[in-house]
Amino acid sequence: MTYRTEIRFLLNGKPVAISHVAADQTLLDYLRLNRRLTGTKEGCAEGDCGACTVLVGRLTGEGLTYEPVNACIRFLASLDGCHVVTIEHVSGPQGRLHPVQQAMVDHHGSQCGFCTPGFVMSLYALWMETPEPTEAQVETALQGNLCRCTGYEPIIRAAVAVSRYGTPSADHLNIERDQVITQLRTLRDGQRVITGPDDNQAILPADVDDLAEVLLDHPKATIVAGATDVGLWVTKFLRPIGPAVFIGHLNEMKSVHHDADALVIGATATYTDCQDAIAKVFPHLTPYWDRIAGWQVRNMGTVGGNIANGSPIGDTPPVLIALGAEVTLRHGTTRRAMRLQDFFIDYGKQDRKPGEFVESIRVPRPAPGQRDAAYKISKRRDEDISSVAVGISVTLADNVITGACIAFGGMAATPKRADAAEAALLGQTWSEAAFDAAAQALPQDFQPLSDWRASSDYRMLSAQNLLRRFYLDHDDATPAPVQLATA
Amino acid sequence: MKDNVSIRGAAHTDRIHDSAGKHVTGAADYTDDIAEPVGTLHAYLGVSDVTHANIRSLDLSAVRAAPGVVGVLTANDIPGHNDISPTGLNDEPVFPTDKIQFHGQPLFAVIAETRDAARRAAELAQVDCEVLPHALDPIAAQDAGYPHVTAPLKLERGEIAPAFKQATNRIKGRMSVGGQDHMYLEGQIAFAIPGEDDDVIVHCSTQHPSEAQHMVAHVLGVPSNAVTVNVRRMGGGFGGKESQMNLFCVVAAMAAKKWGRAVKIRPDRDQDMTATGKRHDFVIDYDVAFDDTGRIEAVDGVFAARCGFSADLSGPVTDRALFHADNAYFYPNVRLVSHPMKTNTVSNTAFRGFGGPQGVIAAERIMEEIAYATGQDPLDVRKANFYGGKGRDLTPYHQEVEDNIFDRLVGELEQTAEYRARRKAIIDFNADSKVLKKGIALTPVKFGISFTATWYNQAGALVHVYNDGSIHLNHGGTEMGQGLNTKVAQVVAEAFQVDFDRIKITKTTTEKVPNTSATAASSGTDLNGMAALDAVEQIKARLVEFATTKWDVAPDAVVFEPNQVRIGDEVLSFDAFIKEAYMARVQLSAAGFYKTPKIHWDRAAGKGRPFYYYAYGAACSEVTIDTLTGEYRVERTDILHDVGRSLNPVLDKGQVEGAFIQGMGWLTTEELWWDDAGRLRTHAPSTYKIPLASDRPRVFNVKLADWSENRELTIKRSKAVGEPPFMLGISVLEALSMAVASVADYRTCPCLDAPATPERVLMAVERLKAAG
Repeated sequence: MTYRTEIRFLLNGKPVAISHVAADQTLLDYLRLNRRLTGTKEGCAEGDCGACTVLVGRLTGEGLTYEPVNACIRFLASLDGCHVVTIEHVSGPQGRLHPVQQAMVDHHGSQCGFCTPGFVMSLYALWMETPEPTEAQVETALQGNLCRCTGYEPIIRAAVAVSRYGTPSADHLNIERDQVITQLRTLRDGQRVITGPDDNQAILPADVDDLAEVLLDHPKATIVAGATDVGLWVTKFLRPIGPAVFIGHLNEMKSVHHDADALVIGATATYTDCQDAIAKVFPHLTPYWDRIAGWQVRNMGTVGGNIANGSPIGDTPPVLIALGAEVTLRHGTTRRAMRLQDFFIDYGKQDRKPGEFVESIRVPRPAPGQRDAAYKISKRRDEDISSVAVGISVTLADNVITGACIAFGGMAATPKRADAAEAALLGQTWSEAAFDAAAQALPQDFQPLSDWRASSDYRMLSAQNLLRRFYLDHDDATPAPVQLATA
Repeated sequence: MKDNVSIRGAAHTDRIHDSAGKHVTGAADYTDDIAEPVGTLHAYLGVSDVTHANIRSLDLSAVRAAPGVVGVLTANDIPGHNDISPTGLNDEPVFPTDKIQFHGQPLFAVIAETRDAARRAAELAQVDCEVLPHALDPIAAQDAGYPHVTAPLKLERGEIAPAFKQATNRIKGRMSVGGQDHMYLEGQIAFAIPGEDDDVIVHCSTQHPSEAQHMVAHVLGVPSNAVTVNVRRMGGGFGGKESQMNLFCVVAAMAAKKWGRAVKIRPDRDQDMTATGKRHDFVIDYDVAFDDTGRIEAVDGVFAARCGFSADLSGPVTDRALFHADNAYFYPNVRLVSHPMKTNTVSNTAFRGFGGPQGVIAAERIMEEIAYATGQDPLDVRKANFYGGKGRDLTPYHQEVEDNIFDRLVGELEQTAEYRARRKAIIDFNADSKVLKKGIALTPVKFGISFTATWYNQAGALVHVYNDGSIHLNHGGTEMGQGLNTKVAQVVAEAFQVDFDRIKITKTTTEKVPNTSATAASSGTDLNGMAALDAVEQIKARLVEFATTKWDVAPDAVVFEPNQVRIGDEVLSFDAFIKEAYMARVQLSAAGFYKTPKIHWDRAAGKGRPFYYYAYGAACSEVTIDTLTGEYRVERTDILHDVGRSLNPVLDKGQVEGAFIQGMGWLTTEELWWDDAGRLRTHAPSTYKIPLASDRPRVFNVKLADWSENRELTIKRSKAVGEPPFMLGISVLEALSMAVASVADYRTCPCLDAPATPERVLMAVERLKAAG
């Protein structure tokens, strides 16, 4: 098979072609060290602070979408066929400030200024998508941006005022949109890309079938989707990842569709890609979805990756297991499906063979009488890893519990069903007592760990109380609210 | 001429931060953005993976052999003194020779062609050592017989023994208060460029260029005049770059001199957070006697602090904790003692408030204890104990509180925040709400302004007026986002009566102003503003003398008007006037100097006037907690804060807002967590959670007390603002505490320790329910 050896993308409107891109070369280092575009900052190198935020424009079914991402954990190879926009490309001619920049200046949105370029990029993306955001929308857009000086208040004031400074239709990224689409289509030549030194190769399959083939040849390759986990292997743990097979660009596997029976999520669909469908089919997951990492990470991270990496504290597995999700794995041309709960065997061990990859996730629609909830407990409400996460699905018939599927994250070495708690509910009348009994049974299911996120005692107690919350939340006789408002 | 009515950027006006335009475009250069000379090398620290041990050997052969490595630096390579203790106690080696004292302690540095190569090589060291038992917290350290890292302080006034004997009511308790990482967005960084002879230039991100200069000279064994330290701006400091940058500066400078090439060192975030100091954790034992109305009769407080393996700034930090253990309250009889404990943790350091917050929080816990014991609204107990009234103005360190504005400040906030009505509504809400409970608290802050090390209260500035009328401003303070440069330039603009834009703000450098103090203790504007003003006044005096001679007028006929100078009946533009002065050979440059008057401190006696004045503030916060999970949200905060006559109200308001959120973070989600092996496990933003935009109060009303004016002759009668509002965050902890107390009908003080993570809140709820 023929292949290309260069990574090709647009950087601030100009074409770039680079050969010998190592698998673990990050976009941030490329920008700062190779291009001396020093406006993009390194604050944490783990995708948590947002000082390195840049926009990445990518071709989707709907055209060209610009999204804020973390340059620190984004691999350069993954940008093939994209348009990278940095802070240096935001101001107008003769240094005229962009509406977002002028609003930030006028509202005193910077103090030390180190986080500021990242904030500007996130707010730029927000303004293009939602020119007149509410404070709540601004907060959601800024979940991935830390500021240690201002306390955020002036930044929020600036963000809600941006539309007074200009409209997105007059923005150069919008004016040049068609031209950029044409350029990006030219870059996407449908070829496999193989680049980088032999011991640190980056491979971009041409399509999903090609991916299957590549993995047969490189069964032990690191599969990189959004890099929101693999990125940290490199930046924090200096782990070699080559050869790495990049799959984030495979639009075929990004499809998210729902039919009468189920929602089917392609493995490379990002959290953002899934958001609308999730809201439609599983509205109870909407506030939960907004609490997965920050916006930048949601624009990169994939549900498929969240499952495939097997973390016991991933946000999506517990809530998907509770909904009875199935995962489809592919090896060459062979596919097999299994219950998601069965995919997780033990800590760090999943039912995935060398050369096999997660292709899609199928989540059945709720049955009549099914009550669903998803809860997450973390030290900080947003952009934090859960101490405890739970998906709860309870089915009622004539006020009797006929089905219960409860899956916890953070309570064991894998995302895991609460068998004893479920058993305690089955056949019981819908009542506080039934859920108390389920809570009492929970210690039979779990002996959680103590760590920096939470003690074992707190994990158990709050897990038990989340069962009680579920009852109160869904009980018609209990007056709302029984939990803190989401926004 | 309309344009001349007033200048742009005068004192007491809102003026944007001078670098704002560069911040938002990414054009503001930080140390890591400086273009590197060809051949620049990169250093990285190799650190210990044990907590306490005797070093038997350090084998760096694999490090040296790693790809791209140029060499290593160990204690043996230090040409001067192996010591960077900022207080001269000689207890903090650059690299240890015989003993590892905390997990993550730097043991050596590796220098390589790239940062990546240096980072990878640093992992390859083989350290052979004999592991020793360790003590991580101050109580464990006391139990293990660990020493103090520096001399403790005792403050005493009146006699507590008889007061306790005759006490009407008495409560003893203990409070644990966690530390805090600075989490400045720009980490530690130093970049050294070797020069001829002994010379070296170090660009870095320090709040204390003079100390960095002296440390580099001390470690290199060269005079200070060989070393230049430059700081254009920092990406946040908060105290974490007062002494902590010294290590990085000396490593970069040593390497630069040894290999004759520029050397940069920038740790990653994990190493930054494990190898540099933080806010001190405290365990505070209090004993209080009070009458039935809740008025205090005596206080006995013991403040044990986790100082880490060396003193660093722990002496003045723990001192300041005692100085603020009274907060707003008069203690008729008092004894306060500090125990700056050595622990096997990184050496803790300065952090906004500098120990003050840990003192203030103890006073507020005492108020709370009394309120629950006497069944009163905590605000009433606070008011009953405020300084003021006959014989009730003397602090535990025998300084008289002369500028107390609590009655007006707290009274106003109580009204505007509708504290009483809301408290009543909250109590009603809690009675009906099963899961969610609310709390509200109004807490005051009094903060002493001045370095308690009296000699630190001095500053210098250098002002040049060029013959085209443009002005170059330099002073010893450093810019870390607080707007110091903007405010000092406003002072200069005002004094010359020229537009702000005419003044060039320049990097802080030890070449222009020597022997500066750290930009710390909120003192930046107070000190450097006055020094700059002194320089301007010197130049103006020469200009006036020149004008009186040349135009033959009386001195009072020479008036600096906006962008022009009136001399008798004649008016010259500022530029033209300066050109005339230059042609007449008038010296248009001056070095200014300032030292704070009135202050003195006798530490041995525990008496004096350590503070020139006090800054005041108050905050009222309302929270809701979830009693099933301990999660919470801050619903509303109202703040009224005193900055005297503000030099720049909008920048000051920014300091107040930011400090409040940072203080709230300290007491809520920011948790430092060590495992049993002594490893800090919360060492990056993924594990250490500072507030996000969505954590700020749903309603946030911040107001400056615009009626206030400093009664002392500070710069334009303003007051320091950096640290005092940090402690306004305590209102959130107290509000959380009230919400917890509601589950036991407000009869028990929840004794909620900090940080009040959701876990601590839930566990306190459970504790009160179980006891109730």
